[in-house]
Amino acid sequence: MAVTLVTDRAPRRKVGDRHHRGASRWIVLALVTLAALAMLVPFVFMLLNAFKSPGDYSSSGPLSWPSEFYTKGLTTYWTEVDFPLKFWNSLLISGSVAVLAVAVSLFNAYALGIGKVKGRLWIVGLFLLANMMPQEALIYPLYYAAKQIGLYNTQLSVIIIFTVVQSAFGTYLLASVLGTFPRSVLEAAALDGAGKWTVLRRVVFPNVRPTLAVLLIFFFIWTWNEFLIPLVMLIDNSTQTIPVALASLQGDRLMDAPTTNAGALISLVPAVLFFIIFQRTLSRGITAGAEK
Amino acid sequence: MALTETPAVPRRPATRPESARPRRKPRDGRVGYWLYLLPGAVLFLLVIGVPLGGTLYLSLTKWSGVGDPTFIGFDNYTRLFQDEVFWTSFKNTVAMIVAMVVVPTLLGLLLAAVLFDVIGRRFRPRTAAALRAAFYLPQVLPVVVAGIVWGWILRPDGAFNSLLDVIGLGALRHDWLGDPDTALPTVMAVMIWVQIGYPIVVFMAALQRVDPELYEAAEVDGANWWHRFRSITLPQIRPETFVVALTCTIAALKVFGPVFALTRGGPENATNVPSYFAYYTFFKKLQVGYGSAISTVLTLIIIVVAALFIWLQYRGERQNREV
Repeated sequence: MAVTLVTDRAPRRKVGDRHHRGASRWIVLALVTLAALAMLVPFVFMLLNAFKSPGDYSSSGPLSWPSEFYTKGLTTYWTEVDFPLKFWNSLLISGSVAVLAVAVSLFNAYALGIGKVKGRLWIVGLFLLANMMPQEALIYPLYYAAKQIGLYNTQLSVIIIFTVVQSAFGTYLLASVLGTFPRSVLEAAALDGAGKWTVLRRVVFPNVRPTLAVLLIFFFIWTWNEFLIPLVMLIDNSTQTIPVALASLQGDRLMDAPTTNAGALISLVPAVLFFIIFQRTLSRGITAGAEK
Repeated sequence: MALTETPAVPRRPATRPESARPRRKPRDGRVGYWLYLLPGAVLFLLVIGVPLGGTLYLSLTKWSGVGDPTFIGFDNYTRLFQDEVFWTSFKNTVAMIVAMVVVPTLLGLLLAAVLFDVIGRRFRPRTAAALRAAFYLPQVLPVVVAGIVWGWILRPDGAFNSLLDVIGLGALRHDWLGDPDTALPTVMAVMIWVQIGYPIVVFMAALQRVDPELYEAAEVDGANWWHRFRSITLPQIRPETFVVALTCTIAALKVFGPVFALTRGGPENATNVPSYFAYYTFFKKLQVGYGSAISTVLTLIIIVVAALFIWLQYRGERQNREV
């Protein structure tokens, strides 16, 4: 990318600066566009081969245009892994985690940011630390405990774990947001005799709803894309999530190149759809995270 | 706005403060707030506190996961520091930091500045937004799925080698992930592809809050693009750069999914990383004590790195204020 830099370097003197940039800006645009297109090449490869028959693939290779519009790879993957069930598992887990983790984050942050309970800095620090913790440091005891209490291989086990993991981040973020909540508003509400629950429900919640929406989407997508804990906890066809299902078929006899690509394509579609749907909220949210 | 929604009828008139001292809080003040922390605290203890303690304890034992663990003191740690695989995995972590932090942050700064400053302003902002989306796309996908696609592309008979053939570089055909010499650089390249969108999006958002007058003033003074980049863009978005560097470093230390999907740590541990090493030791070798020791060391390293980052930022902020 250093090339972009050089081509855009305007002349030292002010005179002619604008004129020069007028020409070089097209070179910059071309280079950046080229880089952006290079980012998409793997997707092109995937699309090209997801609709190719195995015979076509072995005779004319991965770069050829499919000789026929072959959809059996897609349907094979769809039925073999029972994709609708995997989709439901992912949706159930991510949806539950998003809602529960936002609720837990809000309660925690209410006590920390507005209640300003004693030792709150340490508590927030603890949550931040928990968020950075490698999951390997928790996984074996969690796996063992889940087996003991009969939660192993259930979606509930993953939901509980990620509710806590995600709310660790949510608490950290929301506590600092609520820390700046105008005291006068809270005091006025207290003067009106509103209790803590009423203040949370009627004053704080409506005010931070946009931030909560962003957290909800983040938690949903993060949980959707999680891998290690679902891989360890969900071993069964009936409980696995979309990424785990694809990964556990890796190297399987069923997974020739076209089926692998078809499976990857099906697995990527929901994530891309969520991204398109939530894009506006997300680009606002990323900054909210960065500013804290 | 929200004030109008508060109920007109006081729920607990008894604790209502007198108007003579309106700023005083009710007596039960902060105690009541602990109740709101209770569910979170219990969950936190059960899902993070206790398992973490468990891992710490298990790291001092020998255990296969069945029967009772045998206490062996620090034997796992002495073994760990003599284990070549362990050192290899941490050496590979440094490579992951290069691929997931250093390169994406530097490239991200440059691309974000170019997208925002040149393309966003000399062309339509929509062009910049579309290009940004292309860079960001890998970030929204399950990284394991992307890893599986890349794994196929880089196979000896995969699309990348065919592409080399087509452009006349067939001599370079190679088993990119299967050769211990090329596996790590190849995984690094994939990680740059995965990671690059995150800094670009954060930095572009950060640039929006920089006062455009700063740039205009600099332009009037005859500062060229590179000067403006160095003396306005970089210092102005320092806080975001810091957050990106910290979060990406933590992610690089923890990286698991891509390694699992691309190489399973192989060949010959050439791409092994601590988290995969721990996973493999736990669930494939059934050496729970040893796996716990690996996880504990990784946790400690992450805490130290995070503390170091936060200390650096704190120091930087203080120096800025003094200047």
